[in-house]
Amino acid sequence: MRFPSFVAGALAATALITPVQAQTPQLRVLTYDSFISDWGPGPAIEAAFEANCGCDLVFESAGDGAAMLARLLLTGERSTADVVLGLDTNLTHAAEASGLFAPHGQTPDLEVPVAWNDPLFLPYDWSWFAFVYDTTRTENVPSSFDELIASDLSIIIQDPRSSTPGLGLLMWIEAAYPERAAEIWAGLAPRIVTVTPGWSEAYGLFLEGEADMVLSYTTSPAYHAIAEDNPNYAAAGFTEGHYLQVEVAGILANSSQPDLARDFIAFMTTDGFQSAIPETNWMYPAVMPESGLNPAFDALHVPEVSLLLTAEEAATQRDGALDVWREALAQ
Amino acid sequence: MIWRIEPKALLWAAVLVAAALVLVNLGALGAVISRSEHGATLTPADWAAARFTVTQALWSAALSVLLAIPVARALARRRFFGRGLLVVLMGAPFILPSLVAITGLLAVFGRNGLFNEALALLGIAPIRIYGLHGVVLAHVFFNLPLSVRLILQGWARVPAEHQRLSASLGFGAWARFRHIEAPMLTRVVPGALAVVFLICLTSFAVALILGGGPRATTLELAIYQAFRFDFDLGRAAILALLQAAIGAAALLILARLTLPDSGISGLDRTAPPPPGGLARLLDASSIAMAALFLLVPLTLVVLRGAPYILGLPAPVWLALWQSLKVATLSVGLLALMSAALTLAGLHRRWPEGLGMAALIASPMVIGTGLFILIHPISDPAHWALPVTAFVNAAMALPFALRALLPAARRAEADFARLSLSLGLSWRAHLRLVLWPRLRRPAGFALALGAALSLGDLGVIVLFAQTGGETLPMQMQRLMGAYRTGDAAGAALLLLIVALAGFVLVERLIGGRNADA
Amino acid sequence: MLTLDEVTITQDDFTLRADFRINAGARVAIIGPSGAGKSTLVGAIAGFVPLAQGRVLWEGARIDTLPPAKRPLSILFQDNNLLPHLTVFDNVALGVNPNLRLSAPQRASVLHALEQVGLEGFETRKPAQLSGGQISRTALARVLLRARPLIVLDEPFAALGPALKAEMLDLVEGIAAQNRATVLMITHDPEDARRLCPETIVVARGETQGPTPTDVLLADPPPDLAEYLGHS
Repeated sequence: MRFPSFVAGALAATALITPVQAQTPQLRVLTYDSFISDWGPGPAIEAAFEANCGCDLVFESAGDGAAMLARLLLTGERSTADVVLGLDTNLTHAAEASGLFAPHGQTPDLEVPVAWNDPLFLPYDWSWFAFVYDTTRTENVPSSFDELIASDLSIIIQDPRSSTPGLGLLMWIEAAYPERAAEIWAGLAPRIVTVTPGWSEAYGLFLEGEADMVLSYTTSPAYHAIAEDNPNYAAAGFTEGHYLQVEVAGILANSSQPDLARDFIAFMTTDGFQSAIPETNWMYPAVMPESGLNPAFDALHVPEVSLLLTAEEAATQRDGALDVWREALAQ
Repeated sequence: MIWRIEPKALLWAAVLVAAALVLVNLGALGAVISRSEHGATLTPADWAAARFTVTQALWSAALSVLLAIPVARALARRRFFGRGLLVVLMGAPFILPSLVAITGLLAVFGRNGLFNEALALLGIAPIRIYGLHGVVLAHVFFNLPLSVRLILQGWARVPAEHQRLSASLGFGAWARFRHIEAPMLTRVVPGALAVVFLICLTSFAVALILGGGPRATTLELAIYQAFRFDFDLGRAAILALLQAAIGAAALLILARLTLPDSGISGLDRTAPPPPGGLARLLDASSIAMAALFLLVPLTLVVLRGAPYILGLPAPVWLALWQSLKVATLSVGLLALMSAALTLAGLHRRWPEGLGMAALIASPMVIGTGLFILIHPISDPAHWALPVTAFVNAAMALPFALRALLPAARRAEADFARLSLSLGLSWRAHLRLVLWPRLRRPAGFALALGAALSLGDLGVIVLFAQTGGETLPMQMQRLMGAYRTGDAAGAALLLLIVALAGFVLVERLIGGRNADA
Repeated sequence: MLTLDEVTITQDDFTLRADFRINAGARVAIIGPSGAGKSTLVGAIAGFVPLAQGRVLWEGARIDTLPPAKRPLSILFQDNNLLPHLTVFDNVALGVNPNLRLSAPQRASVLHALEQVGLEGFETRKPAQLSGGQISRTALARVLLRARPLIVLDEPFAALGPALKAEMLDLVEGIAAQNRATVLMITHDPEDARRLCPETIVVARGETQGPTPTDVLLADPPPDLAEYLGHS
């Protein structure tokens, strides 16, 4: 068995030649892939934070929110990250149960449609899940799940087991129709063209014209209006209400830079962070930046009812809801 | 009896490659198991996933290979203007990232695709691509080119003398098939079937996107979900074992089906003119249909990306550079690994089996396992490049060995005695006997490795951090940022680079006229 | 002198016993029914088939323990005598230096050998561009150049027409004379044996007989050979 020692040797050697950055402290933020992409909020936020922190902000990326949590659980207390950014309320229960997080100690004035007093996780943006359509192609837009079921429209959704919006829809139906979930899913099944692994595949197929509607966010049309100058996309408003996605961040208890981590969480609800969110992450900011929002956001549908299961409810109902979903769609 | 003494170093190199493959596979799986907190059992849903996985893989393999036979025959015996270019272009779907290929396919077979528009003009109801048939269609789209290539190599190994014989004896189509082609096919087809089956076994995105729902859950998807949704490493490991068991069973069946190559060979003479008449018509329509099926979706990918490609943002071009680095390293590793296993495999069977076994591992488990292994020792981001290159090389290794080993064994059967009687040293034997016979398959194998590595969106995702993005990653991110136009441009760039990389490596290694 | 000393060759359920001597400079045909083991016999002498028992000696020294290239012989196979991707020149040059790094005198000797077999001007051709006779001549040029004291022919000319085959046999005779070499030749054709080989060994029923003078043998063949030759 010479090979393992060879590998270990090589690993040790690389560790030695890795430059040690002793002068500038490093703050490592674990987040999802699209956050740090060149078209996401990452670059602007990194520049804004580094301007004042006297530190080096490094993003570690891992797929999406759930993949990020999996990575965190995998590395446990040995995680090199100081801050985790990008969990949502469907994941915070498991994150809290891991015991890896420390209180953030912040009490900013949040503009989130639900009361927020979680000591471990602080929101930085949010939006509602919704079915998005092209106004030039789709008429007779449904205004509830029942109308959608009764229509002849086609929809694309995401797999709840591999996608955040997919899981969001599962919880949406659980929250809106605790007694009728199986019936709703059975009714939706014929409307579903296909189920994609992630959001981007579903949205891509929808833009190709593969379906009339796609599961996305009420804020999605803002992208087309602002970046493409195309006002023809809209989200269908459902009378039973829309499920919220609240994206949060937390500090890891094992952080080697606890002060910097707290600074970053505090920075998160300030203008330097929040102003980058609406037009890169295409979500609502958790604290309205001074500059306000692009007027295109005013044209978006604003649901009257916000639905959100608590982290505990979401965690306990998840597996049962998934069985119902699989049962209904496997017919 | 073997008089030539095989250099010890060679055997050690092969053993080292084998050890690396085994350790990475078992080590990764072991790492995953070691971190699981409790045992796991398979649920009915898992068995359903296993059934679906096998069903779609069987259909995909059977159809890909069946359709490839007439196409390969037509390409083998016809010479026409643009044949070389066509062969290269027809190979493109195999090296495309699946997401790009799916967009191309949907532009043809989707709801608003060309095919349904044509049906609408004829007053026929549109077809729905989503379902098992859609999955199989996409897999055939990916694997028909590979099957054609593999079978084409079989045809290339039919000695021209045999074709002359069949021409001189006035063989009709049936006699030619029975006496010349069928014996060759019985040697080539099982291997091609197994390779396609194994590729489709670990299918992930295609199955889910085109499968239409949870019915179309494959094992690889179940593994992904076990990691990501349930964070149940034990379940992920047991699913990976089930997947590996199915793959290993396929390999064992292949080993029993594979016949030794027949000992007759020719003198590199040119083949006689092919039959005319009906055969000519059949060949022409086979080539035309395959070209239509493979090239129309590809053309649509090109047309959609073309307006955006020049205006692609700088990060995409940086990612291209990163992708080229990964691919170069990967091709280098692939060359070393396949050379060691091919030479050691001249008179042994285990190197072949081991190389093929790289196909049955779950990429998801390998990636996660390596992450678990590396993380406590070093920052995984430092390892993104070598780990990705190694995993890509291991993924391409089975294809490389399928191309190299038969050619090497054939050369050995034909010329080992001559080489021995003349007293060629091992190095001279390599340089004068084996290499000239292996150049072309080696060019093909390494070119495939380069293209596969360029288009791969696998373990890198787990390892890379800012600045280390590859082209497929950036394409994915553009899609995730609503930028479908730029994503289409990046897809076209990827297509161009993968094809150019393929052609470049194949010509560089395989020499000119390397395309058959 | 080539000596096969109580040699036994076993392959699966086939056994061949051989015990004979051939004088240096002799030309001996090996004749016998198909499948009797003629190729196996010369394979054992050339080093491609292992012996179960016995010894092979050349001039009193044991050679069956040597690798093929170290044995004092040149062999021509039924086919695959030339590497298809090498030129005629290189194929012959392999006989001088297997690494194809030739000195000027060596190059000259290759050209001279090609000239002697009548292939002047064919140096740069590849085997696929040659006729059957030219392929045989190329292989013979290499035999000439290697100048080993024993030449073993495993029916290399079987595919050639009678006139061409006669030419090749004359060429072999010339080369053998020039190198003072012993010739061992498998053949199906008694005429070939008469033309080149004063002596003949018969291989049949798992044994070798002879060498006996070819004329005597063919005039009154033993029953096995008679049947094979088609004499009733």
